[in-house]
Amino acid sequence: MEYHCVVCAKQVPDTKRITAEAMKEDGTVNRAALPAIFNPEDLNALELALSIRDAHGGTVTVISMGPPSAAEVLRESLYRGADRVILITDRRAAASDTLATSYILACAIRKLPHDIVLCGRQAIDGDTAQVGPQLAEKLELPQITYLEELVSLAERTIRVRRNVGNGFEIVEADLPVLLTVMETANSPRPPAARRLMKFKKARTPGELAAEVAEQMGAEPDDQAVVAEADRRARQLQARGLLMEQWDLDAIGADLNWCGRTGSPTKVHRIQSVVLTGGQYREFPPTEEGLRELVMELIEDHTLG
Amino acid sequence: MANFFTDNEDIQFLFQHMDLARLARIMEDDFRYAQQFDYAPVDADDAVDNYRRVLTMLGELAADRIAPTAEQTDLTGPKLNEDGSVTYAPGIAEAIRLLGGADLMGFTLPYRFGGLNCPNLIYTMSIEIVSRADAALMNLYGLQGIAETINAYASEEIKSQYLPDMAAGRATGAMVLTEPDAGSDLQAVKVRGYQDEQGNWYVQGVKRFITNGCGDVLLVLARTEPEIADGRGLSLLLVERGPRVKIRRLENKLGIHGSPTCEIFFDDAPAKLIGERQRGLVTYVMSLMNGARMGIAAQGLGIAEAAFRVARQYAHSRRQFGTAIENFPALRELISDMQVDIQAARALAYFSSFCVDLQYGAMRKLELGQVEDPAEKKALNKQSRTYRRLNAMLTPMSKYYCSEMSVRVANGAVSVLGGSGYMKDYPVERHLRDSRITTIYEGTTQLQIVAAVRGVSSGTACNLVNELLAGRDWPAELTEQAEQIRAGNELLKQAVEFVKAQPGTEYMDLMGRRLVDMAICLIVGAVMLDHAAVNDRKKVVLRRWLATRLPELRMNHEFILSGERSPMTDFETLAGPVPAAE
Repeated sequence: MEYHCVVCAKQVPDTKRITAEAMKEDGTVNRAALPAIFNPEDLNALELALSIRDAHGGTVTVISMGPPSAAEVLRESLYRGADRVILITDRRAAASDTLATSYILACAIRKLPHDIVLCGRQAIDGDTAQVGPQLAEKLELPQITYLEELVSLAERTIRVRRNVGNGFEIVEADLPVLLTVMETANSPRPPAARRLMKFKKARTPGELAAEVAEQMGAEPDDQAVVAEADRRARQLQARGLLMEQWDLDAIGADLNWCGRTGSPTKVHRIQSVVLTGGQYREFPPTEEGLRELVMELIEDHTLG
Repeated sequence: MANFFTDNEDIQFLFQHMDLARLARIMEDDFRYAQQFDYAPVDADDAVDNYRRVLTMLGELAADRIAPTAEQTDLTGPKLNEDGSVTYAPGIAEAIRLLGGADLMGFTLPYRFGGLNCPNLIYTMSIEIVSRADAALMNLYGLQGIAETINAYASEEIKSQYLPDMAAGRATGAMVLTEPDAGSDLQAVKVRGYQDEQGNWYVQGVKRFITNGCGDVLLVLARTEPEIADGRGLSLLLVERGPRVKIRRLENKLGIHGSPTCEIFFDDAPAKLIGERQRGLVTYVMSLMNGARMGIAAQGLGIAEAAFRVARQYAHSRRQFGTAIENFPALRELISDMQVDIQAARALAYFSSFCVDLQYGAMRKLELGQVEDPAEKKALNKQSRTYRRLNAMLTPMSKYYCSEMSVRVANGAVSVLGGSGYMKDYPVERHLRDSRITTIYEGTTQLQIVAAVRGVSSGTACNLVNELLAGRDWPAELTEQAEQIRAGNELLKQAVEFVKAQPGTEYMDLMGRRLVDMAICLIVGAVMLDHAAVNDRKKVVLRRWLATRLPELRMNHEFILSGERSPMTDFETLAGPVPAAE
């Protein structure tokens, strides 16, 4: 049986390469200061979707909501084997928090065939792990979070091992379902060279317009620019290299639920936490010493 | 995310500096393949961009996925199962799966078989990157020459049967040449190839020291003409893995533990003839071997790069006598010259690969049969011959220099780390063990010198140096170096003349290494001069290269002209009596 998978992917600043400029004064992330990468656990979600397709057939569609530059994660998805990619980009979606984001993604996914929706467990910029669960609620899908292993998939039933922190549980759900996938679930495949050579030329209409505008030294809404961008878009489309781009109108989103208006989250206070070495304690290497150490780590919430 | 392509400043420089667009034009045959394959490039820029992207992707795969498995692979190695099958170390099996899935196992194969149609130079770079991650994996990754040989010489039927699987990594190959009594001397091969009454081919006999002999597609050198005792009696036969192919043993080796080295018994195994009878050794294996030698050169580079990086880092952070050990003059010299050695070897190997591509380019144009103009045809024929002569010298020279450099640098890295370097806690002892084979297989160092010295003594080396120096206005700050290389070339000419004036070839063979070393000093010098003209870092490297190597060149010149031949005349005295076998 074939399954249609939809993967939600996010372009994030590479927080592993963090520098002093990583945060703006208002406490939000300074995206310009960090290289933009494919959110790592979204790659695990993509890998799971691709392996489901490889084993059972079906399709893998990757959607990403973000600025025009997020097209790069979609190209990377194509390099790795995605069948279809869609960029959801709209200025009116800027400053969306997890609530607004999940609303917008839900609007988009309703327009797509979806047996299995896959998200990374969480993004490394916000670390909220909220978008997946909120999306499931809005789509009225059962959700299985913290997926570590796809145990089985047959007909309309999926069985999954999920990590519960101090152990695991195996749960079953009927399709359609939403999964959030952990890093430990798999090792994402590298891009395939021939797909890389082909899809490096894939563009969204927005990217084309910007490229043409720059080449012609004119504004993106200039008529000549629009005409030329359209011409190139048709050329790319004929070669299967035009990536879809949807705005909020295309997915029928209610603007009150999008962007800043639709986002109740406000940054309340920013703290700069500097960790420094302080006192230390020694525990004797005995049963009793170990017990004491573990108890202390639990008490100060280092463990558990 | 680490990346073994983008983090290597020297490879980046060479990638930028060398005329890859020229190679792309050769490989893409007027970019006609873009019509048929939507991933084939439309112009030279597009092709070079593909090379860069593919190497970048491989660089990340090598650094993040392959390198972390190398230590465990070294400890585990492959396993010979009771049923005669071989299980790779887990890291090797996973790497092959990843590389195959990423379309990287058919680097130089044509697009129509699932290959990437890359020039030899890009493949050489890729082998260096893979070898830096895990030298043993290179022995499987670097076997793509087997598919190339099938592509070059086998029938269309055999090609379409095997090449797509090989390009996708679903099938791996082996070149099955060596026997207990036929190592360096392949003309002595005894394994029998014969036909039954229906004309079906079979192979019978034992092969030894076969890298990846447990692979799926075995190219076996076998004697098909029992009445002809030398190399002309040998043909190349393709044998598929199957019940008549028995792996009898896996060798227990000093290094490259991840690479299974097999003893194979062919029990009248069914076979297919590749190309024509009797051309097995003289044409096909020689061509296969040349490609394989460039592969080993690149393997040596990768191992050296890996070892150097550990040593450089260690010397910077390790403190003794109140200071980092890199501050001691002895260590400064050791580390500097390790790096210069690597860059010299890389300059030579990449230049050689480039020349292989140019030779191939001339042949390819002629073979495609689109050249009508007799004058152009003649020019191409001449170009093909010139590069063939040049490569007959440069390929063994690169293999010799890069492999010996690899041992030197890995050994130097152990010296830098001292006691820690001798322990398994650091990877340099593995690099040293892995490096050692590079000077042995695909022809020992001594055999590479025998092959290369012909080019040196016929004047090919001197002419090449002259050509590289001529017709250019070197920047003022490099005229001194250009002059030094010219003067060195005169000394090489004198040495060659002296050797040629001696009766027979014995003295030439005795002085072979010295002659080849002189030539390498000058060829690398001239190639690096071109690099130094556009790059300040290379100016410094070139100066150090000449400062250390020209005195050696003068010493070799003096030695050769001395006529010293006592190893030939007084061997028994010098070597002493043969000890009784224990």
